[in-house]
Amino acid sequence: MGLAKRIIPCLDVDQGRVVKGVKFENIRDAGDPVEVAKRYNEAGADEITFLDITASHEGRDTTLHTVERMASEVFIPLTVGGGVRTLQDIRNLLNAGADKVSINSAAVHNPEFVREAADRFGSQCIVIAIDAKKVSAESEPNRWEIFTHGGRKPTGIDAIEWAERMTQFGAGEVLLTSMDRDGTKNGFDIALTRAISDAVAVPVIASGGVGALNHLVDGVLLGGADAVLAASIFHFAEYSVQEAKEYMQAAGIEMRM
Amino acid sequence: MSETVAVLDYGMGNLHSAAKALEKVADGQRIVVTSDPKEAIAADRVVFPGVGAIRDCMHELRQRGLDQAIFEVAASGKPLLGICVGMQALMESSEENDGVQCLGLFPGKVQHFGERYGELGERLKVPHMGWNQVQQESHPMWEGIDDFSRFYFVHSYCVTGLPENQVAGRCDYGLRFAAAATRSNIFAVQFHPEKSAPHGLTLLGNFLRWQP
Repeated sequence: MGLAKRIIPCLDVDQGRVVKGVKFENIRDAGDPVEVAKRYNEAGADEITFLDITASHEGRDTTLHTVERMASEVFIPLTVGGGVRTLQDIRNLLNAGADKVSINSAAVHNPEFVREAADRFGSQCIVIAIDAKKVSAESEPNRWEIFTHGGRKPTGIDAIEWAERMTQFGAGEVLLTSMDRDGTKNGFDIALTRAISDAVAVPVIASGGVGALNHLVDGVLLGGADAVLAASIFHFAEYSVQEAKEYMQAAGIEMRM
Repeated sequence: MSETVAVLDYGMGNLHSAAKALEKVADGQRIVVTSDPKEAIAADRVVFPGVGAIRDCMHELRQRGLDQAIFEVAASGKPLLGICVGMQALMESSEENDGVQCLGLFPGKVQHFGERYGELGERLKVPHMGWNQVQQESHPMWEGIDDFSRFYFVHSYCVTGLPENQVAGRCDYGLRFAAAATRSNIFAVQFHPEKSAPHGLTLLGNFLRWQP
């Protein structure tokens, strides 16, 4: 017995609507993040992550209302990320009912932001989101760099050093996305996951590339991840969260059943 | 007249989840979020949630006179529920922030997890974050919840050193710590019942009915 590994479905939300379609039977409104979160809660999801991709400033108020509605109806932890740039953004999200807030490019522009956020709100609610891409050639030792703008813009920052630095600054969790694997359904970048997990003392969420249930198992057993995040395999009902949990438990991983 | 349940607000952020979850399970009780010590003392039941660092937490409590309100509620016999840092604040002291005197309603100490290893020799990540099992001691607050049910934890410090008869639940994470503490009319939990559906909601419902 002990701490269970977590399964975290991720929703991309634009102006209060789920963007990539979500396919569930008997769901009233598959575009409503609250309805979707409720279904995931019933299916046994351990947490929910919202990635807010709303571009406009006005749209962000909609996001806050969505978070508020969800916090009144779904009683499992909620992480919200996307466009978090100021301490006020964080305060607004926490007040609306988010439990954790993930910071991505704002940390790259100003690393001190993570320190200030953790000092103010506590490490437990600050997640550093890291988008990494392999930059070493096949013959070289592995090296990954931080990329911004959805994986298009290199920063020259080494991913492992960055993860160490951000957790020293107070981030309480790492959301690690392989930009090489994201959307491929070929599985997590296991070497990357393992390298980051070994480098930091805080929990690591593996993300990017899940296409089958054994990928989730590999992320935990080979990559050393504490949690696995997936979107499309759950959204399109290829697998249910429950099936994923049963599969992982059968592989010897401690799960909340 | 219906009962009033006060959720203490001392400026430390997300208390709304606790209030929302209580509203969800309330059976006629009125849930009020308050920073007014008088309102807290007048309530029939009091919930003391907490997130963030203990020094700030104690400072904000004292600033608002809520520390005295908690002492009064504790002495009054009315049910008091501490959550997470709210539980830690009820202890004697915490080693967080280079050592902080807490409220001392329990003789326990709050210590950092430190570097600990799991059964397979793997280093355990801190914060202790996620769903862990709680081994229960018999108490009406656990009614309808199976022993070893999982609750959601997120913390880097934990309560140890309580007398056996004040430990209401135990959890393992490299060391054994108190997941729940109790004495007379006080019950306190390290996990977040407001984020631990469905068992957490059952526990909150039990609190609303608890007659210590």
